[in-house]
Amino acid sequence: MTNDKTTQQESQEAICLEMLQDVKDPEIPVISMVEMGMIHKVRVESGVVEVEVLPTFVGCPALDIMKKNISEKLIEVEGISDVQVRFVYDPAWTSDRIALDARDKLKSFGIAPPPLDFKPGDSWDVSCPYCDSVYTQLENLFGPAACRSILYCRHCKNPFEALKPIY
Amino acid sequence: MGDNVRVENVEQAKQNQEYAQALADLLFQLADDDFILAYRGSEWLGLAPHIEEDVAFSSMSQDMMGHAVMHYQMLEDLGLGKADDLAQLREAGAFRNAILVERKNGAGEYNDNPHYDWAYAIVRSYVYGLYKQVRLESLLQSSYAPLALISRKMLTEHRYHLMHWQVWLKQLANSTKEARQKLETGIARVWEDAGELSSLGQNADNIVRFGLIAGEELLRQRWLANTKDIFQKAGLSWPGEPGVPTERGRLGEHTADLGQALATLSEVYRLDPVAKW
Repeated sequence: MTNDKTTQQESQEAICLEMLQDVKDPEIPVISMVEMGMIHKVRVESGVVEVEVLPTFVGCPALDIMKKNISEKLIEVEGISDVQVRFVYDPAWTSDRIALDARDKLKSFGIAPPPLDFKPGDSWDVSCPYCDSVYTQLENLFGPAACRSILYCRHCKNPFEALKPIY
Repeated sequence: MGDNVRVENVEQAKQNQEYAQALADLLFQLADDDFILAYRGSEWLGLAPHIEEDVAFSSMSQDMMGHAVMHYQMLEDLGLGKADDLAQLREAGAFRNAILVERKNGAGEYNDNPHYDWAYAIVRSYVYGLYKQVRLESLLQSSYAPLALISRKMLTEHRYHLMHWQVWLKQLANSTKEARQKLETGIARVWEDAGELSSLGQNADNIVRFGLIAGEELLRQRWLANTKDIFQKAGLSWPGEPGVPTERGRLGEHTADLGQALATLSEVYRLDPVAKW
């Protein structure tokens, strides 16, 4: 396979991807959209950067904010004249796409990371992000954002949130 | 085009007028069902039994509204008008939702002495949800690739809705006599309309022939088998074959309830449809 990309294109794409590390998930400000596994592709062609984003939830109201934040960030890159953000559904976003080292950041924000390699029928056991106790209870499957549930730790007596397994 | 057709994108779909028509007819059913039931769900805000339920119901309504948006967007891509206009400017007769999803939540109005029926909300959401599950599973094999993809994504969200309503159904069924009574009344009311859900409307033959979704009878059997199993496990007696309403929503016939819903939800949009939000 031949690679027609110029080195300039490649370096611009790398810069864009690096810049996207600064675009946070608006509902979880400790994690970037790259770490969330939401950035599928970054392509630069004649100064136009095209970013393919995988939504976590179809009706997520933060999508427009993300689009705007991505555009504002990447238009700063030298040689970029236009930013096009597209939401795509192939591949589908799953909670396994979250970067492994981002899972600790989620915990530090008080959000339990989703279980890895979750299968239909598996029971969802959630450890407390503060004290790691498994003595927790689900208070509400639905939380402040579509992707999160609300739980309570009966050990350290803290309420916390957990990212739903999406598989 | 006939059996084993596979349509990768909207441009290909538009090449065959009959296919595009069948696809549009199906998309209106999918979009309108979710849109109108999400609206009814949103009317529970502040009225649900407790604050956790307010959060949960709103969250599910938001998901469903999001699903409807995707289907309206597909219709826009087919050249049938702007997604927002399709949702907010069509008259009731152009809607293809089943009658079940348009019924009011109960007596009174949202802003005027609402005496909504929580048991009805549970049964309606759950029974509709169980049908939606079967429908989405069938759409995974849809000949229209974009619809198959988005359905896969929707299933990941929808399973949480089913889990939620399952808890309510089971708890009310095994709670006090009054709770059980209300639940059974809710089931009886939902059952008057539920039989229409699996209808694919006037263009059903083409919708199925083009492989957009499985046939009505197959969808119906799968859905009723699942529902029967769930009712049995909750200790509820099976109400038998579901009925169909006098009006046929899939044919564009609707009750006054839909007119009321549309007038309310589109009131602001209609003031100035070109305003930027």
